[in-house]
Amino acid sequence: MAIAGRSMRLVLAGMIAAAAPAAAGAAEVNLYTTREPGLIKPLLERFEKETGTKVNTVVLKDGLAERVKSEGASSPADVLMTVDFGNLVDLVDQGVTQPVTSAALENAIPPQLRDKDGQWFALSMRARVVYAANDLDLSKITYEELADPKWKGKLCIRSGQHPYNTALVAAFIARNGKPAAQEWLTGLKANLARKPAGGDRDVARDILGGVCDIGVANSYYVGLMRSGKGGKEQEEWGKAIKIVLPRFEKGGAHVNVSGAAIARNAPNRDAAVKLLEFLVSDEAQKIYAEANFEYPVARSAQAHPLIAELGELNVDDTPLMTIAAHRKEASELVDQVGFDK
Amino acid sequence: MTAALKAGVVGRRILPRHAGWIAAAALVAALPAGSALSLVATALGGSLEQWPHLLAYVLPDAVRETAALLIGVGLFVATVGCGAAWLVTACDFPGRRALEWLLLLPLAIPTYVVAFAYLDMLHPVGPVQGAVRALLGYESPRAFRLPDIRSMTGCILLLGLVLYPYVYLSVRAVFLTQSAGLLEAARTLGASRREAFWRVALPLARPGIALGVSLALMEALNDIGASEFLGVRTITVTIYTTWITRSDLAGAAQIALVMLALVSALVAIERWARRRQRFANAGHAPRRWEPRRLSPAKGALAFSLGMLPVLFGFAAPAAHLAVQAAKRVAENGLSDQIPREILNTALVAGAATLVVIALGALVAYAARLAPRTAAPGLARVATLGYAMPGTVVVIGLLGPLGALDGLIAAAAQAGFEAQLRAPLIGAGIALVTAYVIRFLAIGVGGAESGLARIPPAVDGAARTLGQSAGGAFLRIHLPLSKSALAAAALLVFVDCMKELPATLLIRPLNFETLATHLYGEAARGTYEDGAVAALIIVAVGLLPVILLSRIGATRTARATVSATLGDAPRGPVEVSPAH
Repeated sequence: MAIAGRSMRLVLAGMIAAAAPAAAGAAEVNLYTTREPGLIKPLLERFEKETGTKVNTVVLKDGLAERVKSEGASSPADVLMTVDFGNLVDLVDQGVTQPVTSAALENAIPPQLRDKDGQWFALSMRARVVYAANDLDLSKITYEELADPKWKGKLCIRSGQHPYNTALVAAFIARNGKPAAQEWLTGLKANLARKPAGGDRDVARDILGGVCDIGVANSYYVGLMRSGKGGKEQEEWGKAIKIVLPRFEKGGAHVNVSGAAIARNAPNRDAAVKLLEFLVSDEAQKIYAEANFEYPVARSAQAHPLIAELGELNVDDTPLMTIAAHRKEASELVDQVGFDK
Repeated sequence: MTAALKAGVVGRRILPRHAGWIAAAALVAALPAGSALSLVATALGGSLEQWPHLLAYVLPDAVRETAALLIGVGLFVATVGCGAAWLVTACDFPGRRALEWLLLLPLAIPTYVVAFAYLDMLHPVGPVQGAVRALLGYESPRAFRLPDIRSMTGCILLLGLVLYPYVYLSVRAVFLTQSAGLLEAARTLGASRREAFWRVALPLARPGIALGVSLALMEALNDIGASEFLGVRTITVTIYTTWITRSDLAGAAQIALVMLALVSALVAIERWARRRQRFANAGHAPRRWEPRRLSPAKGALAFSLGMLPVLFGFAAPAAHLAVQAAKRVAENGLSDQIPREILNTALVAGAATLVVIALGALVAYAARLAPRTAAPGLARVATLGYAMPGTVVVIGLLGPLGALDGLIAAAAQAGFEAQLRAPLIGAGIALVTAYVIRFLAIGVGGAESGLARIPPAVDGAARTLGQSAGGAFLRIHLPLSKSALAAAALLVFVDCMKELPATLLIRPLNFETLATHLYGEAARGTYEDGAVAALIIVAVGLLPVILLSRIGATRTARATVSATLGDAPRGPVEVSPAH
């Protein structure tokens, strides 16, 4: 027993030595994120420079909530950052967040873009818009009209089960009710030019390739393609399309968010709140707009010119929490009409 | 040791013979079993209300798509893998030696990479269709387009092209060790070369084919990236959708368990079907086949034929990656993180490979030592992780690991007043454990196929000469299975290096590998932005491939394979009919 105890202590001592640099430093903050490293890097570098606080990151794809949950009380996570309000709501439901009160956050972010208890805060927005072939005579469209049989064999979209699309369907249910949503999805399905697959940018590429005339995708990809940031080929894809900002018949454009929360067992809570406050500062919001072509959430910030030129964004006023409540229904509806078949 | 032997002879013992080996195998099997059990616990935590929906709308199609994919990929890899293996072992022609290792190259290309590379090349706005249009005089893709690669057929072909080496590798190893006597006997008895292949060489290679095809199919089954690009909706995609889109982890675990049960049943059926066959070496040293020298024209034809899978499975996508990577490097330069990422990748993949091979050999040997105990069953349990998608393995692992991390942290707090934060995950131990669970099947399978070719008489001889079970393992069985283990090690290393979902989910803070770098770039831009990392994955993956071809060429040449029917394969060599 004594020997076992001693070797146990030795192992522990070794682990402590190995883990020490991560645990001991005073000014540090640990960020778990599903956002692209290339996008958040300029933000974090600026934050590190301004505050002297080191940011340690791990970039995940899925399972952010599961990982933090399993790490439990000893989780090093301070800030949890992800896209899609559904994911943010999940973080709260899984109990891995904590409420935050911060005047800076509350002043910068409009109330409909943050949790009422401060469990999460939106940091940027993106609209689900329509890409159309340049030679198409189309200047305005509603989401409902996408199911019009005149688009038969002409529509491209990614998998109906992708969170961007289930969120749109959920918003449709919230607006028009489930039977109407089912009819709409069936019409959409009948209009598909190809199987739902790939990503949003494939919509632009397929329009250039003559596979389809019209498609649904996120707004920031327009900026990423047209700015040439994705290389010459993508610049051509971006130029092959025009963007129509759609709306619901009785509402505005469907918008989703990226956002962040403070982890429940955050070891560096103060630094974590500082990081969030920095992310909604004018300076950081400008980086969001410039580097990733997202709509800033801060009232004071401006969209990038490539995004601003798409026209005025008239955000649908259905509350995000109402849409979130229809997510599961939306996903099941996508199955029921065999959308991805 | 002598005491143990005596106990075995006398038969009066408290513990059964080889209890230590069985216990060790049980410990190893506990890893994947624990992950599966944790999955069961997760599954039980949910309700069953999703099932009517799944059965009505999702599973019929998902099962059909999955079956079509597996049958298609299975036929493709078996045909190409066996054909290629036969070509380079039975025929001799200029370029054969090079072809032997060239045929392994597609292994280095991850399925998600081959999918995006081909989608790029074959898209209406890509280079291939552009050239076709220029040739035919069409101006725009709207006027003329080739069929879309985003289809089931496309998915089968692309997965088959990078997965056939699993079959090629294991079947070639078997062909290399088959004795010339068998084929000559068949020829003497009036069989043509073709008949000798179909009726003798191929049936005798069945364990190798089964191993290779099942590895390839598990890879196909676990793929999500390529399916996402190509619009194929397998059960794995359903699991993923249930978890991510419907936020129903318990429901996802339930589907994963059903899939796991189905896969295990299929594997069990295949093993059961050849339960009465034994495939072991003859005790004497036999001659190898003499490959037939082909005429120059036929030789050129054979070489071109053999180059086809290399061309489509490796050269074309790799060339595309190289062009894309060159563009990116010219525009943005090379990331200074890459050397560090190569080191990280090699470290975790190397560590996992060592553990997988050691544990796999241990489990396989225990099953051989004590065939009438729980040991063979434990070997099957040890392979469970390969039948589960990488994400599912990690989700199963997160619970137990997190709990363990919590215990260690609490102990550190009590004993040292030190604040430990997620020590196992933080030190990368969790990541290596996930790889081990995921790929243990390759280690066990490799060791089994190596051991299967050592006649049981050898064990008896070694023990009679005073070796303990462990001594025989280290001094006889390990050296004799070296080439099979090396082949398995290669597969594990390359697989770990390519692995993405588990790596993303469970790696420590500030720890990037080549695969996560690729993902990071791709997530922001498109997959072409990850071309540099993808190319390095391919390049790093090539090193062990080339290394392996050297081992395979020298070591296995001396051994032989024969098959005998029945339970006592010690008698004179007999040829078993296929079924």
